[in-house]
Amino acid sequence: MTVQSIKELLNARVLGGDDMLDREVFTACGSDMMSDVLAHVDDQAVLITGLCNPQVLRTAEMMDIVCVIMVRNKQPDDAMIQMAAERNICLLATSLPMFTTCGLLYDAGLRGGGQHGK
Amino acid sequence: MENSLMSLKYHVSPTDFTRAGEASSDVKNKLKKLGVPPEIIRKVAIAMYEGEINMVIHANGGDISVDITPDAIFMELKDVGPGIEDIDKAMQAGYSTAPDNVRSLGFGAGMGLPNMKKNSDTMDIQTVLGQGTTVTMTVNMPE
Repeated sequence: MTVQSIKELLNARVLGGDDMLDREVFTACGSDMMSDVLAHVDDQAVLITGLCNPQVLRTAEMMDIVCVIMVRNKQPDDAMIQMAAERNICLLATSLPMFTTCGLLYDAGLRGGGQHGK
Repeated sequence: MENSLMSLKYHVSPTDFTRAGEASSDVKNKLKKLGVPPEIIRKVAIAMYEGEINMVIHANGGDISVDITPDAIFMELKDVGPGIEDIDKAMQAGYSTAPDNVRSLGFGAGMGLPNMKKNSDTMDIQTVLGQGTTVTMTVNMPE
């Protein structure tokens, strides 16, 4: 599915990197622990998180993640929005909680990817 | 270093958690411009970023030097922090001495050093209690 269809499905706001909306993505992970994302994530394109600090975008950058979804109405500050734009990461924000967000995306075809998603 | 394509040096600020990862980000961009394969770049980026975060959390910052050669990427992360009391324990997945406030920032799961080892081809830790720690890592280029 495209990042655009994720945006529509979650009724999400696009905060940065809107030129990435047509990117096709197949895999996702959901975590508030960036340590775990760095240690266990394998080629996932979407990061769903309730953590809202610049290290979320740094982690996404290191892992080549193309889309970060902030759940539970988290509002990244201007510095984070700018970081996302500079790194070509599409930053989305939804009011939905983590579980519902993951469920909707799974239902729409996104999978966990790597050896952890089977 | 002989046949070095690029030699880079960074200072990691001791207190500014917001800026942690800037050095790794810069190395990632430079490797990309040099045309290094993406899977190699990701290994370097993850290993170095974990090290950088460790330096901020545990060691009052420090200094990083990176040497890029046609054969490998060499990283040295040097701090004058408290040292690592038990390296074997620190290498166990899930073991962490990070304070709780670090966990609320998304780190301190006890995965840092094991993940650095996983993403590098060689890793060496020299540590002296009360004096500091130097971690050296190599990521080889493909044959």
